[in-house]
Amino acid sequence: MTIEITGVAAGPARCTAAGPARGAAAGPACDVRGVVALDGTAEWVQVCALADLPRERGAAALVDGVQVALFRTHDDRVFAVQQYDPYSGAHVISRGIVGSRGEAPTVASPMYKQVFDLRTGACLDAVGKEPVALLTYPVQVRDGTVLVSGAPAPGDPGT
Amino acid sequence: ENATLQDTNDHVMANLQKDGSYSVVPRIPGGEITPEGLLAIGQVAKDFGLYTKITGGQRIDLFGARIDQLPKIWKRLVDAGFESGHAYGKSLRTVKSCVGSTWCRYGVQDSVGLAIALELRYRGLRSPHKIKLGVSGCARECAEARGKDVGVIATDNGWNVYVGGNGGFTPRHAQLLAEDLDTETLVKVIDRFLMYYIRTADRLQRTAAWVEEHEGGLKAIRAVVLDDTLGICEDLDTAMSAHVDAYEDEWAAALADPEKLRRFESFVNAPERPDDSLAYVGERGQARPATKQEREGDAVLIAGTTLEVRR
Repeated sequence: MTIEITGVAAGPARCTAAGPARGAAAGPACDVRGVVALDGTAEWVQVCALADLPRERGAAALVDGVQVALFRTHDDRVFAVQQYDPYSGAHVISRGIVGSRGEAPTVASPMYKQVFDLRTGACLDAVGKEPVALLTYPVQVRDGTVLVSGAPAPGDPGT
Repeated sequence: ENATLQDTNDHVMANLQKDGSYSVVPRIPGGEITPEGLLAIGQVAKDFGLYTKITGGQRIDLFGARIDQLPKIWKRLVDAGFESGHAYGKSLRTVKSCVGSTWCRYGVQDSVGLAIALELRYRGLRSPHKIKLGVSGCARECAEARGKDVGVIATDNGWNVYVGGNGGFTPRHAQLLAEDLDTETLVKVIDRFLMYYIRTADRLQRTAAWVEEHEGGLKAIRAVVLDDTLGICEDLDTAMSAHVDAYEDEWAAALADPEKLRRFESFVNAPERPDDSLAYVGERGQARPATKQEREGDAVLIAGTTLEVRR
């Protein structure tokens, strides 16, 4: 879910490090928090550059200590869902094949191939099991940088 | 680059396991390995805390590799002289062998020598489905070659070749294609059979199904491959030569490709941070993934794959 930020004064990002360690020698991971606030509560975590995400494949990210699966679709939309696959208990969703069903961009879990709508997390094909939805996380792409909110988007996870 | 179409196994050149870790299978052609090779693989397994098992394909499988460890593990294996075993691919897997005439009192031909030559020839071949071969040194058939896509059984006069066998859900016995071939002719026949299958079978169709559905069945395939009734043998031969000439180990190639190496990062914003959800317990002296009950209960969890000895 991408969110347009309008009417909110954006201050300079306060960085504790030089930014995500893209290509740098191994060092501590950097979660850079921007001060752009949504409703004054959620904070955006600067995760990576859009260019770091291959099209039509997933990438795993750590957002506030939670494993998140990021997907950049062919039209450069970015989606974030939970990395934890409820059917296997493994953190693997980012490694699934990206596709579509009608209007919905989808990912199929690499483990047992359940299919999820990347926009809502809804399980479109539970492959014979009970449907369980994935949490989704708000994503913003600003100036070629991908920001993810650590607070899952509200929704009914039961569908 | 067909990366967007690839399942995770093909994408990271490893086999996904139930807990999100991967397994690693170096190629051990013909199932023959030196003591030095065994020691090298054993040391890699110890250093990375990997569970080791010998496979039906007469090679060694190493389990519990995190995605970010795959390049490090493979660097060690490549440096020790090993190549990808393509255990993850729709490709040639192995050529099994029995001991054969070198050591065995019953062997009538050198089955190990042939198996190694065939595996080195066809390694890396991509196909509609996996391909498994076997070579037995006599009629006792200790390599179970008749359970293979292409099975070779030694005779006093040369080699018999059988095709269209497989194990799995629907086991099939391979059927006789040709008898008493000399080695050179045998290789040519297998080249043509494999390339004809690769070029004309449906995706995910094993050789057994392909032979059965081929118009005229095995008899017609024999005519195409031995008598060149379709006039395509020269093309098939050229295609196989091209494969042999172009072969390179794809793990060595990946290690030399910084773009490819990025697909092994654990997290795009924390490339060296391991997945801390992985949990292992000890069983029979090795690690195995903890069960749900063990994670929730009092089981002693060991770090398993994070117990790296950095060298």
